[in-house]
Amino acid sequence: MGKVFVIVEQKNGALRKATYEVLGAGRQFADQLGAEFAAVIAGQNVGGLVDEVASYGPDKIFVADDEKLANYTTGAYSDVIGKILLKEQPDYVLLSHTAVGKDLAPRLAQKLEAGLASDCTAAVVEAGELVLTKPIYAGKAFATVKSGGGTMLATFRPNALGSFTPAGSKNPEVVQVPVEIDPEALRVLIREIVEKATGRVELTEAEIIISGGRGMKGPENFAMLEEIADILGAAVGASRAAVDSGWREHSDQVGQTGKTVSPILYIAVGISGAIQHLAGMGSSKVIVAINKAPEANIFKVADFGIVGDLFQVLPVLKEELQKVVGK
Amino acid sequence: MNIVVLIKQTFDTEAKIQLTGDGKVSDQGVNLIINPYDEFAVEEAIRIKEAKGGEVTIVSMGGDKAQEAIRQALAMGADKAVLISDPALAEVDHYVAAKVLAKALEGMEYDLILTGWVAIDDQSAQVPGRLAEILGLPQANVVTKLELEDGKAVCHREGDGAVEVLEVPLPAVITAQKGLNEPRYPSLKGIMQAKKKELKKVTLQDLGLSAEEAKAKIVGYQLPEARQAGKVVEGEPADTVRQLVEFLTKEAKVI
Ligand SMILES: Cc1cc2nc3c(=O)[nH]c(=O)nc-3n(C[C@H](O)[C@H](O)[C@H](O)COP(=O)(O)OP(=O)(O)OC[C@H]3O[C@@H](n4cnc5c(N)ncnc54)[C@H](O)[C@@H]3O)c2cc1C
Ligand SMILES: Cc1cc2nc3c(=O)[nH]c(=O)nc-3n(C[C@H](O)[C@H](O)[C@H](O)COP(=O)(O)OP(=O)(O)OC[C@H]3O[C@@H](n4cnc5c(N)ncnc54)[C@H](O)[C@@H]3O)c2cc1C
Repeated sequence: MGKVFVIVEQKNGALRKATYEVLGAGRQFADQLGAEFAAVIAGQNVGGLVDEVASYGPDKIFVADDEKLANYTTGAYSDVIGKILLKEQPDYVLLSHTAVGKDLAPRLAQKLEAGLASDCTAAVVEAGELVLTKPIYAGKAFATVKSGGGTMLATFRPNALGSFTPAGSKNPEVVQVPVEIDPEALRVLIREIVEKATGRVELTEAEIIISGGRGMKGPENFAMLEEIADILGAAVGASRAAVDSGWREHSDQVGQTGKTVSPILYIAVGISGAIQHLAGMGSSKVIVAINKAPEANIFKVADFGIVGDLFQVLPVLKEELQKVVGK
Repeated sequence: MNIVVLIKQTFDTEAKIQLTGDGKVSDQGVNLIINPYDEFAVEEAIRIKEAKGGEVTIVSMGGDKAQEAIRQALAMGADKAVLISDPALAEVDHYVAAKVLAKALEGMEYDLILTGWVAIDDQSAQVPGRLAEILGLPQANVVTKLELEDGKAVCHREGDGAVEVLEVPLPAVITAQKGLNEPRYPSLKGIMQAKKKELKKVTLQDLGLSAEEAKAKIVGYQLPEARQAGKVVEGEPADTVRQLVEFLTKEAKVI
């Protein structure tokens, strides 16, 4: 019987949102492949997550709990999870394409001498195999990727697989894994973790994003976007022009040399729609544009566009959304 | 301080992607550039060399055209370069790519390996992590600030919603993210000097390797369906916004 493994991602004792998707999809793929489905949880004091993970229907849960896993480090996590995978030899290992997943997956893949398709936006089971789709050239094309024979890993872009309701617990076997970390794997020290205190959802995981560009005219005007973001529970992004002007941090940049996002709703405000910007948000489900220039390129991809001065449109939009969302 | 920088030549960000008759990605008429993130890596290496001395070696795997990208890095101020070029490398996955690069680094002396965090064409962000694993080196990925203290690098790594400040003992693999620095333009003098700098071409055989099976296979390429332009409205904000909110709540049903 084959095996599908999902590497669960948690932070400070809570599951990352992107993990739910991969867990939901993992159960589905395992059923279609006739495979066993297992989840791996690594961290410190993560026992409390077992029930929640179990609700997604894994047959087995591996738990690695240790103080050395309190914060994510490449070395410790790849050592501990790598040992589990080397022993279990799964057919597929699925992760989220988050900061952690991007960092961890290549090292795991190399430990297993396995293939890895990263940043996948879709997957289907065909003829007993998982067939993965990943964007290349910033979404200007897609490659279809399969395993060359052995274990295959895949990381999935958050929001790409869609949402899954928990399949229900199958009362999985819970395996406590003894944690013995190779000292070599503990060479990197975390001096400090500086959390961004925006209180808003992380850009790559957000279901709604409102981004501003050069048309915002200055950093102070982003407050208008932040207010709307707070009404919608959205994240605030920016074009490179806004970032290069020093109005927003680089970590807010959406595009080919910034974040790739695929929210359900993307609202571009005062952004012209350059090819490099579209590369980062072109896979959004619904795109809305607010721009004063009717010829702006962004209108070519927008599902709904308002031609108008953003300084007049945004205050009205804020008011109307407040009415609808009722906050 | 000796530094190896890995660079990959990629399509220009403006490039339109087309498929060839047999369904592969066509490079006809496409401008080639250094992967933008690799430029940050090259710049950082040169700045460290300027501050602390040592040598910067560029290593790239690619076709003959990759020499242009390498010459650019040399013109910026790198000292010498190795190009791994072999017809057998036309069809490699990341597993093979990392193995070949690791082999090419064998026998080189380095305190630091700098790379881009991702190549903008295949956008996989795999090669550096795999390479670090093969070489048994620690890594710091997606780094926006790098400072050297004795025997270690202090790196600011971009996490999701947080910045991690890491102490990484050298040698290590460190991957560059935008924000690390502003890459310089090569000077005319730099461009002239680059022509005389050593650029060694090696084949798989030179490295003592033979072609290896890929662990992941690309079985096809597709172009995305073009997005259709939707409705565009113009007029009084009170009216246009009302239409937008109606679209979002009733038609698209996204809020
Ligand atoms: C290698 C490379 C990588 C790049 N990577 C990225 C990337 O990752 N992300 C990215 O975004 N860009 C990237 N770019 C830059 C990209 O080419 C564009 O320059 C950039 O996206 C433009 O940003 P913008 O739309 O905010 O500014 P502009 O193009 O200047 O557009 C501003 C828009 O605001 C509108 N506007 C102005 N005032 C108002 C108003 N009062 N009300 C309403 N609308 C108004 C204007 O009509 C205009 O359309 C990259 C470029 C290169 C070469
Ligand atoms: C499943 C799969 C199969 C593939 N098969 C083919 C194929 O049949 N034919 C084909 O032409 N390509 C193929 N590729 C692409 C090829 O594997 C990649 O071009 C190469 O491995 C680099 O990966 P990347 O561009 O994703 O780099 P990333 O891992 O995103 O690159 C990160 C960094 O690593 C360094 N780096 C990456 N590649 C190189 C390099 N070549 N030289 C020096 N430094 C480098 C750079 O510093 C770069 O910034 C395949 C890719 C996948 C996903």
